[in-house]
Amino acid sequence: MAAHLKKRVYEEFTKVVQQQQEETATKKLRLTKPSKSAALHIDLCKATSPADALQYLLQFARKPVEAESVEGVVRILLEHYYKESDASVRLKIASLLGLLSKTSGFSPDCIMDDAINILQNEKSHQVLAQLLDTLLAIGTKLPENQAIQMRLVDVACKHLTDTSHGVRNKCLQLLGNLGSLEKSVAKDTEGLATRDVQKIIGDYFSDQDPRVRTAAIKAMLQLHERGLKLHQTIYNQACKLLSDDYEQVRSAAVQLIWVVSQLYPESIVPIPSSNEEIRLVDDAFGKICHMVSDGSWVVRVQASKLLGSMEQVSSHFLEQTLDKKLMSDLRRKRTAHERAKELYSSGEFSSGRKWGDDAPKEEIDTGAVNLIESGACGAFVHGLEDEMYEVRIAAVEALCMLAQSSPSFAEKCLDFLVDMFNDEIEEVRLQSIHTMRKISNNITLREDQLDTVLAVLEDSSRDIREALHELLCCTNVSTKEGIHLALVELLKNLAKYPTDRDSIWKCLKFLGSRHPTLVLPLVPELLSTHPFFDTAEPDMDDPAYIAVLVLIFNAAKTCPTMPALFSDHTFRHYAYLRDSLSHLVPALRLPGRKLVSSAVSPSILPHEDPSQQFLQQSLERVYSLQHLDPQGTQELLEFTIRDLQRLGELQSELAGVADFSATYLQCQLLLIKALQEKLWNVAAPLYLKQSDLASAAAKQIMEETYKMEFMYNGVEHKQVVIIHHMRLQAKALQLIVTARTTRGVEPLFGMCEKFLQEVDFFQRCFIADLPHLQDSFVDKLLDLMPRLMTSKPAEVVKILQTMLRQSTFLHLPLPEKIHKASATIIEPAGESDNPLRFTSGLVVALDVDATLEHVQDPQSTVKVQVLYPDGQAQMIHPKPADFRNPGPGRHRLITQVYLSHTAWTEPCQVEVRLLLAYNTNARIPKSPWIEGGEVSPQVEASIEGTIPFSKPVKVYIMPKPARR
Amino acid sequence: MPEIRVTPLGAGQDVGRSCILVSIAGKNVMLDCGMHMGFNDDRRFPDFSYITQNGRLTDFLDCVIISHFHLDHCGALPYFSEMVGYDGPIYMTPPTQAICPILLEDYRKIAVDKKGEANFFTSQMIKDCMKKVVAVHLHQTVQVDDELEIKAYYAGHVLGAAMFQIKVGSESVVYTGDYNMTPDRHLGAAWIDRCRPNLLITESTYATTIRDSKRCRERDFLKKVHETVERGGKVLIPVFALGRAQELCILLETFWERMNLKAPIYFSTGLTEKANHYYKLFITWTNQKIRKTFVQRNMFEFKHIKAFDRAFADNPGPMVVFATPGMLHAGQSLQIFRKWAGNEKNMVIMPGYCVQGTVGHKILSGQRKLEMEGRQVLEVKMQVEYMSFSAHADAKGIMQLIGQAEPEHVLLVHGEAKKMEFLKQKIEQEFRVNCYMPANGETVTLPTSPSIPVGISLGLLKREMAQGLLPDAKKPRLLQGTLIMKDSNFRLVSSEQALKELGLAEHQLRFTCRVHLHDARKEQETVMRVYSHLKSILKDHCVQHLPDGSVTVESILIQAAAHSEDPSTKVLLVSWTYQDEELGSYLTSLLKKGLPQAPS
Repeated sequence: MAAHLKKRVYEEFTKVVQQQQEETATKKLRLTKPSKSAALHIDLCKATSPADALQYLLQFARKPVEAESVEGVVRILLEHYYKESDASVRLKIASLLGLLSKTSGFSPDCIMDDAINILQNEKSHQVLAQLLDTLLAIGTKLPENQAIQMRLVDVACKHLTDTSHGVRNKCLQLLGNLGSLEKSVAKDTEGLATRDVQKIIGDYFSDQDPRVRTAAIKAMLQLHERGLKLHQTIYNQACKLLSDDYEQVRSAAVQLIWVVSQLYPESIVPIPSSNEEIRLVDDAFGKICHMVSDGSWVVRVQASKLLGSMEQVSSHFLEQTLDKKLMSDLRRKRTAHERAKELYSSGEFSSGRKWGDDAPKEEIDTGAVNLIESGACGAFVHGLEDEMYEVRIAAVEALCMLAQSSPSFAEKCLDFLVDMFNDEIEEVRLQSIHTMRKISNNITLREDQLDTVLAVLEDSSRDIREALHELLCCTNVSTKEGIHLALVELLKNLAKYPTDRDSIWKCLKFLGSRHPTLVLPLVPELLSTHPFFDTAEPDMDDPAYIAVLVLIFNAAKTCPTMPALFSDHTFRHYAYLRDSLSHLVPALRLPGRKLVSSAVSPSILPHEDPSQQFLQQSLERVYSLQHLDPQGTQELLEFTIRDLQRLGELQSELAGVADFSATYLQCQLLLIKALQEKLWNVAAPLYLKQSDLASAAAKQIMEETYKMEFMYNGVEHKQVVIIHHMRLQAKALQLIVTARTTRGVEPLFGMCEKFLQEVDFFQRCFIADLPHLQDSFVDKLLDLMPRLMTSKPAEVVKILQTMLRQSTFLHLPLPEKIHKASATIIEPAGESDNPLRFTSGLVVALDVDATLEHVQDPQSTVKVQVLYPDGQAQMIHPKPADFRNPGPGRHRLITQVYLSHTAWTEPCQVEVRLLLAYNTNARIPKSPWIEGGEVSPQVEASIEGTIPFSKPVKVYIMPKPARR
Repeated sequence: MPEIRVTPLGAGQDVGRSCILVSIAGKNVMLDCGMHMGFNDDRRFPDFSYITQNGRLTDFLDCVIISHFHLDHCGALPYFSEMVGYDGPIYMTPPTQAICPILLEDYRKIAVDKKGEANFFTSQMIKDCMKKVVAVHLHQTVQVDDELEIKAYYAGHVLGAAMFQIKVGSESVVYTGDYNMTPDRHLGAAWIDRCRPNLLITESTYATTIRDSKRCRERDFLKKVHETVERGGKVLIPVFALGRAQELCILLETFWERMNLKAPIYFSTGLTEKANHYYKLFITWTNQKIRKTFVQRNMFEFKHIKAFDRAFADNPGPMVVFATPGMLHAGQSLQIFRKWAGNEKNMVIMPGYCVQGTVGHKILSGQRKLEMEGRQVLEVKMQVEYMSFSAHADAKGIMQLIGQAEPEHVLLVHGEAKKMEFLKQKIEQEFRVNCYMPANGETVTLPTSPSIPVGISLGLLKREMAQGLLPDAKKPRLLQGTLIMKDSNFRLVSSEQALKELGLAEHQLRFTCRVHLHDARKEQETVMRVYSHLKSILKDHCVQHLPDGSVTVESILIQAAAHSEDPSTKVLLVSWTYQDEELGSYLTSLLKKGLPQAPS
């Protein structure tokens, strides 16, 4: 624990480190590198008191150490360790050793002997624990070195008998992380019997300290995670731990039981106090079910979560979890109500069934009672009723997973899920609706269930309603009354919350196409047609009427007899809706009308191979023909870009790749064009005008590279390198252009230095990828780096210029899956002619509703921009809670934007659009020193630039002058 | 023989008048002090003369503990403390302390003002009584005196309900009061740690019931109310002022909020209003959701629920009204009922139990025509619904609590004898613990074997720890030391320290034993053979062959000498100190068996 605390303290220090400072610092470090360890040495020698020494060490820990100097530093630290008498300083040194050994590029085997040595002479338990932690760090750094691992395991075993729980904890941790997997390999040089790590760890299951017990179980789980097959004997030991007094032990034991049950599901275990035997997975299931009614909610959450993944359990056991000897199934419940009336007259006041009723039966059935431990019955009933919503959510999730694998269970758990729709916590309600949607393939809703489900449509939370709409999209309804009920409720919903329009229409579309036969008998009623009389033509703009039509038309698609029931105006409305809401209304085969041909896209089968091939070929063509004459290259590039863009439009699944490559080629094209400029050959001052083109090109390339880097989801490291390389070229171009167009040398100095820093930065970030960049701009640049460092700006520019021209065109490897981030603003729709009026100086809230696709981490990147007619731009950061995640890769932003302005004379339009904020620093690999801690908030929050990625929407607003 | 004695003065095989006397390790504690609702004579209060015929009760009782504010648990308190006479401490939780006097005053008013009883406690007595109360917070351990301590656990049931652990030395009793193992809309579930008391005294109101999931009941309730309101009908919910009323208020309030409903909800003024105020205050005693969200909004500050005025009953349009009393026998609820009964659109929902003879009981049993006073006949056209919202643990919940606390014995109170019988059998069968169910006035005596703590010196413990190799809970270990009993405490110290403390000189006790071995060889060889034999058998011990021709096993010395008469027999001299008795006797028996035949 103490060691852990120390670590925490350390982490907090690292938190303060700022990334940017560090960059410059590392650059300086290179100069002062040789003195790093020496400085530490001097500092430590200077230290007069332990407190001083501790201060120095803490200061030292704030700065990273480079791989080459680690060993020197370690030596110094060890030296001081031997001399040091104060335990806290030794502790700090030990923790530093651990951190240092994690430095990438440093092989810690050289310090292991020392670490083991000092371990033997150490008296303080805390320091011992820390040293073992260090050894663990070393051991995990060298996973393939068997001998070292053996030694470390030996050391751990030796210290297992320590009196301090901290030391024992660490030893077990070490064993769990390093204990050898194959027993045959484990032959000690001293001729000791091979160590059975499992046995050793298992012995500590009964340690007197609960923390050690927990550590032992965790170590066992660690072994399992590393691929060691646990013995089945552990199961019994773990079962005993389930009744431990300490919650963390129980919680870990539940996990262990789960693991064993997954390993040996089919083994047979005896039931204590009877001769019967059951499958291990069933037994474990019963035991974990029992833990759902544990006293500690942490254990309850754990148990409920794990239940979900026990799919091998027999259905007999599974169904017991929903059975509390009571039903909530409506029919049974109704009798329960009647019974309640009888019971009431006898003085009993409970609507539940009497236990006495089945008491005699239970006595006969003792075998059955013993079969499952008493708690297993109704585990989910308990879990779903739990006080803590964490447990309830976990139970709902578990129900979902089990129901997905067992249709019969899905049928049974339906009632319980429906009940959860009334939970007091919205999160739970939402979760249960989602769960229901996921299992909806397996179930058909009865009318009464549908009734309860639909009651939730009136919920005031938009999320709940929309989740419910999605659920209705994929539910099976059994009767036509059900459909009618659903429609009525949805229309009620529409009347109450008109903003739900789109969602309800979509819902009805699916409801219609799923149940054509059930809709058919309803049609006359729904369209209110009469056999003899013509009825009034309904209002075409009524959303409710449209909703009904959407349902009917979608049902009619697979039900050819339906159009016969339509009246004339219905056909007219069909034609209108087919045009205006084509995504909701399908093409119908109507009598007397020819089928609206849908030749455009849906009928085309996705010819994946040819188009993919085409893409590949055109790209290869570009890459292979590098030494064409400039004119030819340009033309080829232009054609290819055009092809790719067209391909992207046609083939949605290739759009990402095509756009991505097209953008890259575009950059290249711009670069080539810029370099073709005549300005390079003429004396500088004369070509001020032409340089405009080149600098514009440089700027555009920069922009495009940012887009490439941040707007695509799925960009891999190798593409990032190329993109950065392209950006570097653009920067070089910029430098050259400025050098050409500006007079005087002073500004150039700064620019040159900055550029060289960029190059250096590039080199450091992508040092591993440099071999792939042969012959490229950067490759050549780095060769000449020493020279560039010393030369004058003018010379640098000259070198750069030649290099830019000579450098080859880098091949951009295509990423596996790449998607372009996109956003559509649903609301505001931008079609309103009525300006939004508000008093100037006050604010008006504008509801913004947008769908985002393929945006990674939208909470931190997506911003809303409002552009006022006077050019004033405002950026709004939506709250993280405003983002919903309806599906993989999809996000939904529902937020409010506050507008305000001084008074205008007449209404005017403001533009609202979404921006994607990026920060280049976020991609940089972090040093291990920072890794442990959180990234400092400044780095996280800083925005380097933004890319607009949605079409702007115009909103008509009118700030009125305040009335006096 | 130490023992725990329990005598219920009330609530033994009965519901109501909870009052249980517990004697534990010489301390007398009274648990709850309630009245019985079914009686109006002397039987309504527990018979305190059982404790003492004359004289003040203070001398006989160390403390009184009240579990919660229901009158059947605290109704006799002013009578007990002021009229019978008790000056000792009364323990209860802060919410109970706050709400209890209101209910007592209400009870007094009905008894004295309405029924005109004389010789009843006065308002002043209630005040005086409450002055003796000491508040106990959850999980706070209160030291009543040097030995007796009590601790409160959360019990659900009503606001401020608590379970109490009473502990003297290593003996302890847990009294649950009334509790609820399933959370509801405003309260959490009861919880107790694994305190392993000697005795668990638990209520058993629903000993034979396994309750249905709360959710469908809630859903049904909401659905009924919602439907009626949508129809434009009025809903009357007669409730008792405290507890259920708040739960239902919360339920409806959240539902109204969720569903954006506009129909007004009213609750009757007076007691309920006051009670809501306390619920607002004691937010930490409620459930997770209310506790967590009260920073944004206190759930008991109802947005949709307003105070009721008599005139509102005639307003047109839908509404929901909570009105007291709960059994429709008098007061506001009955008035409203009479106004609304004629309309079939309206509905009355009875959320609890109704005593025979009340209007509530009549309508629930299906009577549609009621005779009111003045020979009026009231035709009931409105719908009548029954909805149980009771906050007691059901059989499963009781079993769950027993499982959590792991008591040695269980005692059932607060329930009907027939039902207790069933539960008792179940408990004995499942947990293999003894279960008791005494009637009122019957005493249950439980022998206990209190553990006696012995202090051990750290040095001794560490020395012993260092010797053992692996920790093994199953194997008992022999430990040598000296037990010193001084001033009623016990200490285990090493013998050296004991000698030092007592100022005694150490005497060494040595056992010596001769073992005859038939061995014709030379002495040295015999010694060698003994050495190798022992070495092979005693692997864990340190066996040494000393240069002077003797063998030592730990500190046991073995020497060999030729027999004076028979040279073919060797005499092995084995000598050990008293401390090594175990090993020494083992060695001798080993040697007596003889040496294995040497490989020739």
